[in-house]
Amino acid sequence: MDFSILGAEILIALLGLAVLVLGLSLPGKAQKYVNGLALTGLGLVLIYLIISFSKGANLFNGVYQIDLYGNYFKILFLSAGILVMLMAGTYIKRFEEKSSEFYGLMILATLGMMLMVSAGEFITLYVGLELMTISFYILTAYLKSDKLSGEAGLKYLILGAVSSAILLFGISLVYASLGTTNFIEIGASFTSSSAVIAGVVMIIAGFAFKVSVVPFHMWTPDIYQGAPIPVTTYLSVGSKAAGFAALVRVFMVAVDVSDPVFNWSLLLAVLAAVTIIIGNLIALSQKDIKRLLAYSSIAQAGYILVGVTAANSFGLKGVLFYALIYVFANVGAFAVATAVEVDTGRTDIEAFAGLSKRSPLLAAIMTICMLSLAGIPPMAGFAGKFYLFAGAIQSGYLWLALIGLIMSMVSVYYYLGVSKAMYIGENSYEAPLSLGSGSTVALWVCVLATILLGVYPGPLSELAGAAIQILL
Amino acid sequence: MIGLPHYLLLGAVVFSIGVFGVLTRRNAVAVLMSVELMLNAVNINFVAANKFMAVGTAVGQLFSVFVIVVAAAEIAVGLALVISIYRQRGTVDLHDFNLLKW
Repeated sequence: MDFSILGAEILIALLGLAVLVLGLSLPGKAQKYVNGLALTGLGLVLIYLIISFSKGANLFNGVYQIDLYGNYFKILFLSAGILVMLMAGTYIKRFEEKSSEFYGLMILATLGMMLMVSAGEFITLYVGLELMTISFYILTAYLKSDKLSGEAGLKYLILGAVSSAILLFGISLVYASLGTTNFIEIGASFTSSSAVIAGVVMIIAGFAFKVSVVPFHMWTPDIYQGAPIPVTTYLSVGSKAAGFAALVRVFMVAVDVSDPVFNWSLLLAVLAAVTIIIGNLIALSQKDIKRLLAYSSIAQAGYILVGVTAANSFGLKGVLFYALIYVFANVGAFAVATAVEVDTGRTDIEAFAGLSKRSPLLAAIMTICMLSLAGIPPMAGFAGKFYLFAGAIQSGYLWLALIGLIMSMVSVYYYLGVSKAMYIGENSYEAPLSLGSGSTVALWVCVLATILLGVYPGPLSELAGAAIQILL
Repeated sequence: MIGLPHYLLLGAVVFSIGVFGVLTRRNAVAVLMSVELMLNAVNINFVAANKFMAVGTAVGQLFSVFVIVVAAAEIAVGLALVISIYRQRGTVDLHDFNLLKW
């Protein structure tokens, strides 16, 4: 067998273990070299993945699928991981000498995401999912002396474990009815017996928890607020994209969407509509930037679910496109929030007051990211929403596209509320915010990508279109 | 004659007991035990389904082995978190963890 096909996964696994072991065995002063190794390692694997982007293979009798779809998402996870690690540079001082463990766990979480998107059957999917979530449990509770962080970690662990158990029970019901865990074989023998319907509903519930779709969103604001900001960022961009990637593969390959007995796409459409409405409405009243972005991320999950509901080439292309631009917009917003928290020690929106006078550039970047999240042209968010809603209209969900459109307008209110604080608000702080070199690089990448992909979305959208061919 | 439905019924009952425990218990350790019960219900389903539905293969049994391994890792992390929280606050009663709310 040609192991170079699995090269990215093998290298990431080795890198994660090496960072953990070196971090434990080297003295405190050498930790920053380990952190550098983690970043360079991820960068090299990203380059390797881009070079071998078009490789495809069906490994271990369909257990593991290497294809364009998986490679697209792997590049997304690695870029998100690198950006988050870059922006974590200034925050990391709070971890004292235990910072290399943080990098090691981030890398292992990335490995879990990569296994999830390439899984061709449920065992691999489950192991990847748990590798990702268990790493996130530890990361969420990483600030050992912070009460909020510990509480968030325990809450995430209990709710995450319950949701995995529900997902597993669903898988076991499908297995008990069809006798296989392979997606393609399940798709070939899919019947709408009551056990299969119950099983797939429970599988949807399990995934809905991971991507925080209403009514399984309750954990999101609490965990986002309690976790260290870099972890929150990675949770909101990486974990969410991985959940959607796996959900789309399961739905397109294993489940017969046009099934006459049970209207799966209507179920997803209702979930998407409820998620968009509730996420946006509760976000209106938030005072804390982390909770605001948490509810905004719930709403964004609803938009992406619109594309999954559409299940046509436009909608799925939108899912892939939106997942990537969401990474840039969200990491940018969180990077500014990190800089503000490191400087003022606060996370409420009042802490942003007068930011335009202290650091005009940061205020401008925050506004651009917020406009992209709200879907205002010419930012990338507009192009993404255009694909998602066009897909929904094509498959006859005009009402869903309308709800998405109206709620996007509502969302402008709270996104610009932050800008209002930055440009109109007054603050006693005067000195400009200090940014580490890593955060500066991450911010520039995010803001340039957000603008460029909004003005000129063609190439990325073609790439996304090619990546979903395997699922249609 | 005991068939697959009986095992699935047993699995569903054990799963429901686990859900009930998660929802009603206040002690974090007891909640983790209830989650374990839910996962064991899944294992019953997988092993039984393997015997009746997929004779000659071992995918279901393999799956339950993976579930056991992952559950052990999950509980190890869970208990570590419970200990770290106990050191912070001197309690593991979930009703006392109310710093985070909207």
